[in-house]
Amino acid sequence: MSPSSLGVEGQRKSDVRLTPSLDPEDSGLKEHNYFGLSDCSSVDSSAATNFSGNSKDQLNLKATELRLGLPGSQSPEGDPEFCLLSSRKIDEKPFFPLIPLKNGIHTSSQMTAFSGNKRGFSDTTEDLMGQAYTEGKWMYRASGPDFDFPESGGQGKFPVNEGMLSSMPLPNSGGKSHVKEQSASQQCVVKDMPPKALHELSRTTSGMAHSQMSASNSTNCAPAVKAQVVGWPPIRSFRKNSLATTSKNNDEVDGKPGAAPLFIKVSMDGAPYLRKVDLRIYSTYQGLSSALEMMFSCFTLGKCGSHGAPGRETMSESKLKDLVHGSEYVITYEDKDGDWMLVGDVPWEMFIDSCKRLKIMKSSNAIGLAPRTMEKSKNRN
Amino acid sequence: MNYFPEEVLEHVFDFITSHKDRNAVSLVCKTWYQVERESRYGVFIGNCYAINPERLIARFPRVRSLTLKGKPHFADFNLVPHDWGAFVDPWIKALVKGCPDLEELRLKRMVVSDDSLELLSRSFVNFKSLVLVSCDGFSTDGLAAIAANCRYLRELDLQENDVDDRRGHWISCFPETCTSLVSLNFACLKGEISLPALERLVARNPNLRSLRLNHTVPFETLKKILTQASKLVDLGTGCFVHHPKSESYHKLKNAMSKCKSVRSLSGFLDVAPRCLPAVYPICANLTSLNLSYAPGINGNELIKLIRHCKNLRRLWTLDYIGDKGLGVVAATCKELEELRVFPSDPFGPGNAAVTEEGLVAISAGCRKLHSLLYFCQQMTNAGLITVAKNCPNFIRFRLCILDPKKPDPVTMQPLDEGFGAIVQSCKRLRRLSISGMLSDQVFLYIGMYAEQLEMLSIAFAGDSDKGLLYVLNGCKKLRKLEIRDCPFGDMALLMDVDKYEGMRSLWMSSCELTLGGCKTLARKMPMLNVEIIDENSQRESALVDDRQRVEKMYLYRTLVGPRHDAPDFVSTL
Repeated sequence: MSPSSLGVEGQRKSDVRLTPSLDPEDSGLKEHNYFGLSDCSSVDSSAATNFSGNSKDQLNLKATELRLGLPGSQSPEGDPEFCLLSSRKIDEKPFFPLIPLKNGIHTSSQMTAFSGNKRGFSDTTEDLMGQAYTEGKWMYRASGPDFDFPESGGQGKFPVNEGMLSSMPLPNSGGKSHVKEQSASQQCVVKDMPPKALHELSRTTSGMAHSQMSASNSTNCAPAVKAQVVGWPPIRSFRKNSLATTSKNNDEVDGKPGAAPLFIKVSMDGAPYLRKVDLRIYSTYQGLSSALEMMFSCFTLGKCGSHGAPGRETMSESKLKDLVHGSEYVITYEDKDGDWMLVGDVPWEMFIDSCKRLKIMKSSNAIGLAPRTMEKSKNRN
Repeated sequence: MNYFPEEVLEHVFDFITSHKDRNAVSLVCKTWYQVERESRYGVFIGNCYAINPERLIARFPRVRSLTLKGKPHFADFNLVPHDWGAFVDPWIKALVKGCPDLEELRLKRMVVSDDSLELLSRSFVNFKSLVLVSCDGFSTDGLAAIAANCRYLRELDLQENDVDDRRGHWISCFPETCTSLVSLNFACLKGEISLPALERLVARNPNLRSLRLNHTVPFETLKKILTQASKLVDLGTGCFVHHPKSESYHKLKNAMSKCKSVRSLSGFLDVAPRCLPAVYPICANLTSLNLSYAPGINGNELIKLIRHCKNLRRLWTLDYIGDKGLGVVAATCKELEELRVFPSDPFGPGNAAVTEEGLVAISAGCRKLHSLLYFCQQMTNAGLITVAKNCPNFIRFRLCILDPKKPDPVTMQPLDEGFGAIVQSCKRLRRLSISGMLSDQVFLYIGMYAEQLEMLSIAFAGDSDKGLLYVLNGCKKLRKLEIRDCPFGDMALLMDVDKYEGMRSLWMSSCELTLGGCKTLARKMPMLNVEIIDENSQRESALVDDRQRVEKMYLYRTLVGPRHDAPDFVSTL
């Protein structure tokens, strides 16, 4: 991993150098735009204009940076529909194939990148704005803590950030698929640097019967090429899809950079200090609540004692569960709109997306939030 | 033999269970044909369009177990359009009329609808077993019908299906009277189920031998289930995430260690590797381990786990295991017979890949290996030659080098010699998939040596028609041939048309076939359905010009002529 890290970090530094003249927000967006996956907002276009003002070398560097992102998606040259990219795509031919994808532009590029992987994932996620948005959202979320981006911002931002992030050790990073893609892209970066990697790339590209990629385009990333061929490698689509979804949900990633963690504050009534949890490592409410029990068990110990059964019993989860979920406490969260909501109503994915902070409230304070819980607690008490 | 009583014949035939043997028996004479057909309870149909349900029932009126396969194999890889066909509906309707005693239905790559499942559940009183592999078109509502209505259900096995999960608590539909379950596999379902209903179901079905949960079933439920289902032989975990220091975890570990009969373990769809030690107590008993859906387990954790599994006969894993991990497998799992290594990152170089090193290590350590599916970054001729020497017992050998047309990275040569060594050494080889850079030479070897070969999959290989000819002329037992992106054309296709009648099917896509060539073939062989799949069906003119290249052709032998349910984009010549 270290070579890739080096490669990535090197890229990152160079990237920072390249955009000194832009304000922070622009530079952030600009990074995203490397992948050309952001929606073409006016900001992006302006970034693009600024960008095209840079030297060709810088452009090429950015082209290599593209590979930091998700495989196949980092081709600014690949996608003619990104306004940002079009200004840069002079030498490079589009290498995304004519695989018919009904979704948005960047989605198609992303999706071909995952080629069934992502496609399957998008197919299974429900989202108002359709698959394109979902994908973008998914990727965006991962970049949350490290970059302060507006949520509705470019979907393309994530991949770049991921690429950047992948060089940094990420605690509790989930999302193996992120990992894989990033690592793939990292590898891509590294491999593209030495000349022999170009050979590999061109070999790869020559192998693609249906690829639209130009074989001579040495800056194209191998993963992107691979993604082009329909039905290759021969893995059942079911397997591809579930690998995408389950890896996203997984708990730990050892030694591999993963999706950027989503740390949110958790406060508890009566506790002297707050904690932070990474929502990404859990895939269900159950997991989260267990973790919260663990975290706040010390604060409830005092109360435990008063309930009888001292010693180990007080530490037992069932007891804590009673406390946290039953009689004493409810878990609530503050959503995007600033409203305090009861945890557990919406599907997990939607919850992660909208949760800003958590609060473990005494159920006596949770009036109006969870009438049922109040009844329950009343019954138990 | 005129005086030989038929009852005795029937009794003797009862001992003959293999389809091939029974088919042979039925050809001896008319009497034997009659006795055999009336005593055949299990029928296997490898291509649902080779025969129609009415004729099936006419010939085998007592059928109790039916296995049907629908779409061609390449449909698994999105090469066949979604609504190509393979509908089970007409089969079920016909069976309802003609075979009320149906007990078992096994479908692979077929389109199943909720209505079919509902009809199935209501029509067959003794229905016991439903196995669906790689099917689609149905939802959990159909499953609810099966659960609710099949009173003596023993087996509900869903493998890798694309199910529309409506979260309708189908598990709750199993009535309290359902106590006969032996096998329940719903690992492929994506939605949540009622956990209390599941726990109660397991509690009242003491004969449960095989249970595979989906990823929404949490740790706690698994613990409860394990204490109830003590006779489990095959376990698929759901979500395996918990704090390893928690009491729940210790309870699970205890429960797990009491499951002395578990021989097969799978699942770990969501996994916290720190929780894996909970399964160490049973690893020594395992003969089958499937971790191919567990991307959360990295190489080191895999290795730690495998060190405990000395008796493994079957291992499915992701390539996180790495060459190093495969070395550990080779050293530990001396009984290994089947190995599958799937790519964790199919579309990237991936840093968790396996190479020829891993495979060579396996071949040196696991001498009993006979089935292989190996996705790797690269392969060398030397490696394959060594593997061929070490393991001459291969029955299934499927190698997929992720980078199509990639040569031997050391010599930059095609992999002809390597695969040649495999077919020469493995005299019992029945199934082969080749990949990497390959010239016509490899087909020469295959034609010469692969005498038992029944199924061959080729992609991005060959230089000319000669390649295909070598195979068609040489492999006498070839039944299924599937080819994509190879420069094979009409000349090879038409050289020996009679051969196709002895095969189940032939798939050729992105080759050099022309419409004219396919038409000629269809004309010469009326017992074949030659289907052209043209996804740009609005190009009506495409099917007029005989010189036009055919993108996808699928031909198969059939007794019932062109099918009537073909969609617009499929034309049978």
